[in-house]
Formats: sequence, C-alpha cells, structure tokens
Amino acid sequence: MSVETGTDSTTDPTAVNDETATAASASNVGSAPSSVTMTKALNQALRDSLAADDTVLIFGEDVGRLGGVFRVTEGLRAEFGSNRVWDSPLAESGIIGTAIGMAMNGMRPVVEMQFDAYAYPAFEQIVSHVAKMRNRTKGKVSLPITIRIPYAGDIGGVEHHSDSSEAYWTSTPGLTVVTPSNPADAYSLLRESIASDDPVVFMEPKPRYWMKETLSLPVTTAAMDRAQVLREGTDVTLLAYGPTVRTALDSAEAGAEHGLSVEVIDLRTLSPFDDETVSASVRKTSRAAVIHEAAQFGGYGAEVAARLTERNFTHLSAPILRIAGFDVPYPSPKMEEYYLPTVERVLDALESWDWEL
Amino acid sequence: MTIDVPTTGRSLPQLQPISFIGADGRLTDTPTEGLRIPSDRTLTGLYRQMVLVRRFEAQVTHLTRQGRLATYPSAAGQEAAEVGATTALAPGDWLFPTYRDSAALLTRGVPVPEILAAFRGDWHCGFDPHEYHISPAATPLATQTLHATGFAMAAKLKGTDAATLTFLGDGASSEGDAHEALNFASVWQTPTVFVLQNNQYAISTPLREQTNATMLADRAAGYGMPGLRVDGNDVAAVFAAVTAALERGRNGDGPTLIEALTYRMESHTNSDDPTKYRDAEEVEHWKQFDPIDRLEKYLRQTGALDDAGVDEIAEAAETLAASVRDAMNTEAEIDPRELFAHVYARPRTALAEQQQVLEAELAAAGHA
Repeated sequence: MSVETGTDSTTDPTAVNDETATAASASNVGSAPSSVTMTKALNQALRDSLAADDTVLIFGEDVGRLGGVFRVTEGLRAEFGSNRVWDSPLAESGIIGTAIGMAMNGMRPVVEMQFDAYAYPAFEQIVSHVAKMRNRTKGKVSLPITIRIPYAGDIGGVEHHSDSSEAYWTSTPGLTVVTPSNPADAYSLLRESIASDDPVVFMEPKPRYWMKETLSLPVTTAAMDRAQVLREGTDVTLLAYGPTVRTALDSAEAGAEHGLSVEVIDLRTLSPFDDETVSASVRKTSRAAVIHEAAQFGGYGAEVAARLTERNFTHLSAPILRIAGFDVPYPSPKMEEYYLPTVERVLDALESWDWEL
Repeated sequence: MTIDVPTTGRSLPQLQPISFIGADGRLTDTPTEGLRIPSDRTLTGLYRQMVLVRRFEAQVTHLTRQGRLATYPSAAGQEAAEVGATTALAPGDWLFPTYRDSAALLTRGVPVPEILAAFRGDWHCGFDPHEYHISPAATPLATQTLHATGFAMAAKLKGTDAATLTFLGDGASSEGDAHEALNFASVWQTPTVFVLQNNQYAISTPLREQTNATMLADRAAGYGMPGLRVDGNDVAAVFAAVTAALERGRNGDGPTLIEALTYRMESHTNSDDPTKYRDAEEVEHWKQFDPIDRLEKYLRQTGALDDAGVDEIAEAAETLAASVRDAMNTEAEIDPRELFAHVYARPRTALAEQQQVLEAELAAAGHA
C-alpha cells in the first residue's frame, strides 16, 4: 500500500506519514511498577498484541489518528502504520462484517464499537455470523475477532452513551463475553481475548477507564474463564463485574462496619460462567446477591440467580438477590445517580434478608 | 466564489444493458464499454455448464416437492449470471454466495451432497469453505457482501492477488449492509466484485416497490466506483464484465458493481405461490430472453455446436440429475452429539454438562 507523502487531504485513508511513525514500542514491557490506568493497560495490551502477531489488525471509528474517543488506541497508528491500525468509515455493521471477512482470510481483527449502544447496528453481524460461523462450518472457519465495547454509565453521558448490553451477548451461544474491572485484568484479559480462536465481546467499563493501579506490564492474571475472589467473607457473597466490582468492594467495607463478613467475587468473564468458583463461595456463605447496572428484568443477574439456585438450593439460606438498574431506559446524566445500584442499595438489599433464618 | 471541490471523475453507467448475444441468438450492436465477447470455446463451456445447472435446479426443485429437501430457492432463469460470474473467478479467488446460488457452488465444483446439506437439513453448511474458496451461503440478506469486502481487504494487506466476488439481489440492495459494503470496498479500494442479480422480485415484492432508482447500477457512482448494467441473461456479457472487473480489482483499481438484469422463473422457494403477485404473461414474456436458448442458437450459427454436441451435453445433464436423485435419496448420517462439537474452540464445562443430558436422553431412547 502507498505511503502518504503530503500533509493535507489523503486519498488513501489507510496511508500513514512515515515521519509520524515512532519506535516507542514496548516501552513498558518489563518495566518497574508504576501507576497505570485501565486505559493505559488496554493500550499496552493492544500494542503488545500488535507486536507479537502480524495478523492482529485494529480498525474502527476514530481509532487511528485520534487514538479512539477514550484514547485506548492512542499512538498505535503512528507506531505500527496504517496497514495495521486505521480509521474505518462510520458504520458498525460494516466494521464487524469486514472483520469477519478478514478473519476468514487469516487475520485477527480487534475492532472497536465506539459506545455500547452504537454496537446495535452490528447486532446482526455479531449474532448471526460472528457467533455462528465456527459451528456452521463444523470448525473449519474460526473467527478470532475481538470486539471491544466501552459500556456502562456514571460518566455523565448523553443518551445512548451509558448502556450495559451484556445480556444480549451472553444469551448468544458462540460468543465469549469478558469484562475486566481493574487495569491488571484489563491488560491480561485483552491479551488473552485477542489470542483466543473464539470470538470475544470484550466489554470495557467506561467509569473505570481512569482507575489507577500500581503495576508492571506485561502482567498475567487468572485465566480468562475464571472468576476471582477479591475479598473473602463468610456471611454473604456479592457477585459483580466490570463497573460494579467497585460497588461490591465498597459495600463489603460498609458491611463490615455493620458486622457483616462479605465475600466479593469479580466474575471477569460472563460467558462462560465459572460455576465452580462461584458455587463454592455460595455454598460457604449460603447467601448471594449479584450486582449490575443493566436493568433487572431478563438481565444477566437472572441467569446467575437461576443457575446458582439450581445448583446450590439446599445450601442456600435465602433467595439470591439481583441488585440492578431499574427496569427503565438508562436515564439522563442528572438522573443516573438515582438509577445506578449504589452501596446503599446493596446494603438495603442485604438487610432485606431475614438473617434469623 | 464557490467552494473549491473536484468537479470531475464521476461517471454513470450506460443506460442500455451491455449485451453481446441478443435474445434472438444474434450479435447485438449495443455499446459494450470496451468489453470483448468471449471465444466460442469459452462460450461452449459456459453453455454446457448452464445446461447442467438448469437440469440441477429442476431436479432439486422436484425433489423438494417430493419432500426430500426442507426448502429450495431455485435460480432457474438466472443461469447466465450464476455461471458467467462464477466461471470468471480464478482458483485463488473467493466467492461469497447467497442461498440462491447453489448453481454457483455446483459450477465451482462443490459436490452435490455438500451443496444440498443445508437445504436437506443436515447441517447449516455442508462444505469446507477453505477447500472450495467459497464462504457459507448467507441466509441473512446482504451480510455476505461485507465478508467479501473484508476478505479482499485482508488479501490486499497480505499482498496476495486473491479477489472476491459476492452475489446479492435486488431485494438485498435495500439492506444497509449492501450500502456499507459498497462504501467500505470503495474507500479501501478492495478487489471485490459485487454481482447484483436483479431478478425483479424479492420473494413477492416487485422491483418498483424496492427502489425508485432508474437502475441499481447507478448506485456505484455514489460510492465512487464503476458500475455496469449487463443483460444478465447473456452469459457472454456477464462473463466478460466480471472477468474485467476481477482484473481491475487485482490491478489495485478497486471494486466494481455489476447489475445483471435477469428474471427468477420459479417461485422464491417451493413454499410460496407466485400466482398471487405476478401473472403468467409476465413469465412468458421473460421466456423469450432465455439465456440458454439464445446461446445455443448463436453457437449453432458459429458452428461451435451441433446436434451431437447438444445431445452429449443433454446426456451429461441427465447423468447429473441421476446423481442428484441418488444423493438425495440416500439419508445423510447425522450425529446428535455434533450439536456440541463445533461451537467453541475452547471447551466449556457447562456445555459438557448439557452434552451429558443429551447422552442420557439418547441412551434412554436406545440411540447408538
């Protein structure tokens, strides 16, 4: 492909100016521990994946020159060139549909849906093809595509910028659905997702993008299909993922002040579900609640509550609760604090149990 | 002072469909935009394949009526578009077909049982895409046009000379994915040929209720790519146009949209009733544009084909039909356990548990 020589309008949108290319690659590899945001961890995971495998490609809306609206792809186009990282036309079905064709031709595309609700135009391509191609072809055609979707609210976003769409993806066989809650997992899970031969919907919790952690990258955390106990407790298990892990940990802290010993599990991967880890915890504590931002009815929590009840009924002292967003459309910025599950809502829910049972 | 933008570089397709061999079997005087008629040898091969394809479609439709297949969308009447476009492909090129393109699969050498596995209900796709360089036939409308574009983009990035060809219909041209594919392909300048078979109907909805455009090929101009309208029942025109478009793509000059004007002689599938939306006169009218009759007339005139040649091809078609009957009268082996075998590359515990449920059900039913 041609290399752009001018500085003005370019006729080849996949061309890059050589002069802007730098060799800043892998600057953090093996680095001493430093404060790393989730955005930075994701950026480094993408950089290291691009460096490790020539078939990894990144494209989507504004992921090139701008580095993405959340800067997750910042600097990658300059570093790897516009044949590896480029801006696509603004059409989500087009992004996913062409990623499918590229994956059929040996590539490993990592594409970005700019905001959760903006992934909906790509619903058909994801559900009818990304999820089904491997099965349809008896394993002859795998689609190692990673679909990055920033999701969740609490960022003061206008309408359609705060959805939690996980249940659409988790109810589709063929998709693996991953969502990190912290920078270390963001790095490790994204690397593993890109390396996976199964297509992965990688949901990035927007309100945690700026969360910092002291880390040295690269880092390898628990395997992709394992949930993780973040805080041990004996009275109740709080199950959370993505943005609500923080809520769960804060609730555990607050619960401790009331004499409650709360175990917190970060699910990390929503599909498949780590029955082993979660059931073991629920059998220990005999009480569980699942927290998510998405509306309650038909939400991911319904599946969690149902399967845990099916598997652990005789070990339970109380019904498994869902602490979720209300069954209303995601509200406007000034209203979202009344919608989102808070520590207070979690504690109120825990208090609703008859602890004498 | 006016806004300074380019005012050249846009061109619309000619209105008259490109055609070499008219419905009367004689050469037309239609302008052909620099395309050249294929050799008699090539045309004889195309004739032979069209005869085979027509017999195939008739046989499969018949077997479907007998209940041997769950459903079947026939491309009878569209043989020139199916065969002409597919034959133009190089072995390394990839085809991205729809459900109505079994004739193209047959032309590319996919064995009959593998083509028909999906319609018989054995499995959603019966062949290995990598073996034949054909994507699974898409049932959702126009989705495969994006796959063809992406595949060609990867070919371009890898520096291979593979081009892609995708079929779509006049109905699918209304889908957003068709628009997105044409746009992405042109922006990225991928070696992709879009063969839009305008067969006048989307199930029952006629073209006039699908679009108000003068012709669908005009859309190409809006995407900044060449568009051509060809007589889709003239296999010479289809083959020449697609060959040139593939060459264009391979030379790095990007995609082409080719509208092939044709007519779906059969119903959408065996399960609809075409008398509710079109009359017999219209079908009769289109019979005079038959793709096979005209080519036979033409090749008899040039001397490339005689009675013996026609008879030999007809005999080969009967042999094919017999093999289709044999294939469809033999039950395919299916294994219920395969439900779980291909969903994920990485095994899932919960799925293994569900497989145990099925195993127990199978054992209880005395299933081997």
